[in-house]
Amino acid sequence: MKQEVILTTKNLKKSYDNEQLVLKDMSFSLEKGEVVVVVGPSGCGKSTFLRCLNMLEPIDSGTISFKDQVIERDRKDAYTIRQKIGMVFQSYDLFPHLTILGNILLAPLKVQKREKQELIQEAEQLLKRVGLLDKKDAYPRQLSGGQKQRVAIVRALMMHPEILLLDEITAALDPEMVREVLQVVLELAKEGMTMVIVTHEMEFAKAVSDRVLFMDQGLVVEEGKPEDFFTSPQTERAKQFLNTFHYEAI
Amino acid sequence: MDFEFIRGNVPLYVEAAGITLRISFLGILLSTVIGLLCSLVKVFKIPVLGFVVNCYIEISRNTPLLIQLFFLYFGLPKLGIVLSSEGCAITGLAFLGGSYMAEAFRTGIEQVPKIQTETGLSLGLTKWQVFLHIILPQAIATSVPVFCANIIFLIKETSVFSAVALADLMFVAKDLIGIYYKTDEALFMLVTAYLMILLPISLLCSWVERRVRYAEFGNSSAVPGK
Ligand SMILES: Nc1ncnc2c1ncn2[C@@H]1O[C@H](COP(=O)(O)OP(=O)(O)O)[C@@H](O)[C@H]1O
Ligand SMILES: [Mg+2]
Repeated sequence: MKQEVILTTKNLKKSYDNEQLVLKDMSFSLEKGEVVVVVGPSGCGKSTFLRCLNMLEPIDSGTISFKDQVIERDRKDAYTIRQKIGMVFQSYDLFPHLTILGNILLAPLKVQKREKQELIQEAEQLLKRVGLLDKKDAYPRQLSGGQKQRVAIVRALMMHPEILLLDEITAALDPEMVREVLQVVLELAKEGMTMVIVTHEMEFAKAVSDRVLFMDQGLVVEEGKPEDFFTSPQTERAKQFLNTFHYEAI
Repeated sequence: MDFEFIRGNVPLYVEAAGITLRISFLGILLSTVIGLLCSLVKVFKIPVLGFVVNCYIEISRNTPLLIQLFFLYFGLPKLGIVLSSEGCAITGLAFLGGSYMAEAFRTGIEQVPKIQTETGLSLGLTKWQVFLHIILPQAIATSVPVFCANIIFLIKETSVFSAVALADLMFVAKDLIGIYYKTDEALFMLVTAYLMILLPISLLCSWVERRVRYAEFGNSSAVPGK
């Protein structure tokens, strides 16, 4: 049975300030319920790719479509489509002047104009799931990095996105906090959330993904199922890249 | 020191201080409004207005208040616009203060990390909603120290208002010196009056600064009585 494709890019090209292309020719499609992990050396364009998908960056050429609808950053419907594409960044980007509940409720209240009481209930349920219900009235600075990232995920989920983009959400965390965040993502994957995940946690990537994209210098160099990619990468560059994660080989 | 003289003239100073305070208050209020509007124009990079605002800020910051006042008091009437002494003083202070406040707010707004805007946008908020609910509250908190410094700066600047025949503190002091030659007493009272106005404001400012400082959101130890 063919799954529904919800996000595609065709010949996406992107440069910063008209210099060298950072994304050289990205054609990509994402099916509903699919979890795609993007890996690749630092600076290869992974973050840029995710940012383009969420229309945070202007693109040079090519198209991005959400459910057969071409999306553009400058159009009014960009705001409506962004609501359906959640994103969590590497840095702790909670709003420091709002409490945890305030952070979580802001967008659904202002954008979707939903009933506050109902939102609070939903927020509390989600917070409970990620083990942070007791922090709902705390401020972000009172939370650890791992806790903040879990809140950031909950905040994105409150908008009921159809896709979640995660950009190295554990890269700035202390090692002991990585697991608590990845656990939440694994559960989301199990529940069928559609996700594009950039990560350097290879074990996690293996466990969570349906498909792996290996990027280098703005191009997808290799693509495959995780069990194939991680055990027998086909390209030389992917082999080299994966080798950097085998310390015992040094 | 002639303390009898000092005591006798306290009412004069109190009245003048009232005028200084009233004009400071109104001038600073207007400055804040002008400053906010100008900073919005600059932050949102609004085309033509942006140029106008830049010109205004340069003129306002690079000419002394005294000359701005002279223009309002002696220059404008030639163009058919006559302002009272008090009108001149308030307009002059607002003209000067507006640019300082604009820079304070602009810096505050620009200090909010870009990722905060991007996070807001990625949640589906519009640019304006991001500004109103995410950027502005943080920017106000970071601008507080400069905002407070501006308030004190502007109150001190009011000492030139006597030049446009406004019966403020400086005016009274000069008057007393002119009539009685009691220079020491008149100046002593002048300094005391300014101190009595500025010290409490300065203390209030440091208290507010401590309370709202950006980094202190949710730091219960920094919030008294919690
Ligand atoms: N805002 C920017 N302005 C200019 N160059 C940028 C910007 N962001 C990223 N780059 C450049 O684009 C390239 C890809 O960056 P990025 O997408 O962050 O890579 P990755 O996430 O894979 O590490 C890098 O060479 C980086 O220096
Ligand atoms: Mg990156």
